[in-house]
Amino acid sequence: MKYIDEFRDGEVAQSIAQAIKAEADPGSTYHIMEFCGGHTHAISRYGLEDLLPANVRMIHGPGCPVCVLPVGRIDAAIWLAKQPGVTLVTYGDMLRVPGSKRLSLLKAKAEGADVRMVYSTLDAIKLAQANPDRQVVFFAIGFETTTPPTAVAIKQAQALDLKNFSVFCNHVLTPSAITQILDSPEVRELGTVKLDAFIGPAHVSTIIGSRPYEYFAEEYQRPVVIAGFEPLDVMQAVRMLVRQINDGRFEVENEFARAVTRDGNEKAKSLVADMFELRRAFEWRGLGLVPYSALRLKEPYAAWDAERRWDVPQDSPPDNKACECGAILRGVKKPTDCKLFGTVCTPENPMGSCMVSAEGACAAHWTYGRFRDLETSHA
Amino acid sequence: MCLALPALVTELLPDDSAKVNLGGVAKTVSLALVSDVKPGDYVIVHVGYALSVIDPEEAARTLELFREMGELAEDVPA
Ligand code: SF4
Repeated sequence: MKYIDEFRDGEVAQSIAQAIKAEADPGSTYHIMEFCGGHTHAISRYGLEDLLPANVRMIHGPGCPVCVLPVGRIDAAIWLAKQPGVTLVTYGDMLRVPGSKRLSLLKAKAEGADVRMVYSTLDAIKLAQANPDRQVVFFAIGFETTTPPTAVAIKQAQALDLKNFSVFCNHVLTPSAITQILDSPEVRELGTVKLDAFIGPAHVSTIIGSRPYEYFAEEYQRPVVIAGFEPLDVMQAVRMLVRQINDGRFEVENEFARAVTRDGNEKAKSLVADMFELRRAFEWRGLGLVPYSALRLKEPYAAWDAERRWDVPQDSPPDNKACECGAILRGVKKPTDCKLFGTVCTPENPMGSCMVSAEGACAAHWTYGRFRDLETSHA
Repeated sequence: MCLALPALVTELLPDDSAKVNLGGVAKTVSLALVSDVKPGDYVIVHVGYALSVIDPEEAARTLELFREMGELAEDVPA
């Protein structure tokens, strides 16, 4: 397929790997965090870590929207699904994420709640049109990539004067999460997690552009390379970051220029700016309360805000004690550091959110990485 | 959840939507978030929406960079 296969060429990957090996200073270490789950997935799937020299290490970041949503918001969605007359719709990945007491939306559905999966927000609108006697609530999650589609749906609901559609908004912002990681005691004071550079989001950046990362490249003196999700994109980004680190530069570079510009998608950005405002703080799994890191609907759109229509519980129950998702999302631990990994917790029976989405660090490692562990432990 | 793929726009449809070919599968996607898309363009599709149009020149430039590096790497003893 065009724009896919050319970016997966194994021989080219080898030659980029050689270039990295030649350029990386054997006396230094390079710790590179990939923020996006899409990159985590590519790294596991194509075994990219095996191509990199031992002193260049990838650290998985928190960039999977399914993984970072705290238990309390999942409980709240389940609560909404159980309200009389409500049909709760959401993207497929959300259905299996365990809330507290191990209840998920899928289990709530089995117990009689009306929960449906949609592929697109437009399907949610169609469902509301077709079921005027039900209150259709769209459980909206995701980063800057899924926010504009939610905005389009609300615009449509407004145009159609749909009274039975609303949104339970959980949209979160990437740059504030990266800032939170760099401000965390592990990175700042304890020095337990060394972070030299970031691979910046691919599809998020198609919307917000590369400009928002300029601030923290400058402020935190860390290089950032925006990269696509194909394996060659990731390898090339690593090489560009190794170069920046060697040169003592901290700039924002764009490897994904085929789809990302400095300013991003103005149409989508203005739609979002018109409809959403910042929440003062929002809880992220693993990162705690992050200031100004999430969005909610502005007052003129209150009619479509599920949190204003219903008295949605705002509890924050703790994560399952044995699950290490929180530490994994901060880059402090690896999936294999979790006692439950691959025993009690598998993609079929996930205990934590990192095992649910294909872009979660635990699921990616379970699907593609665990045979590597076997090889290394037998070697 | 964030995975999105490049798809070829094959036909513009009413209501700001288009028919695309996504690895051999025909799908209808919304063009509400992009401007000036025409058949023959490649767009990045996510949750049923085109998020951006792929710039063929930039794509060619990136591939060219990979190739140059391949040649470079051959000169460096591994
Ligand atoms: S393996 Fe399961 S329980 Fe352990 S951290 Fe990952 S998701 Fe949580």
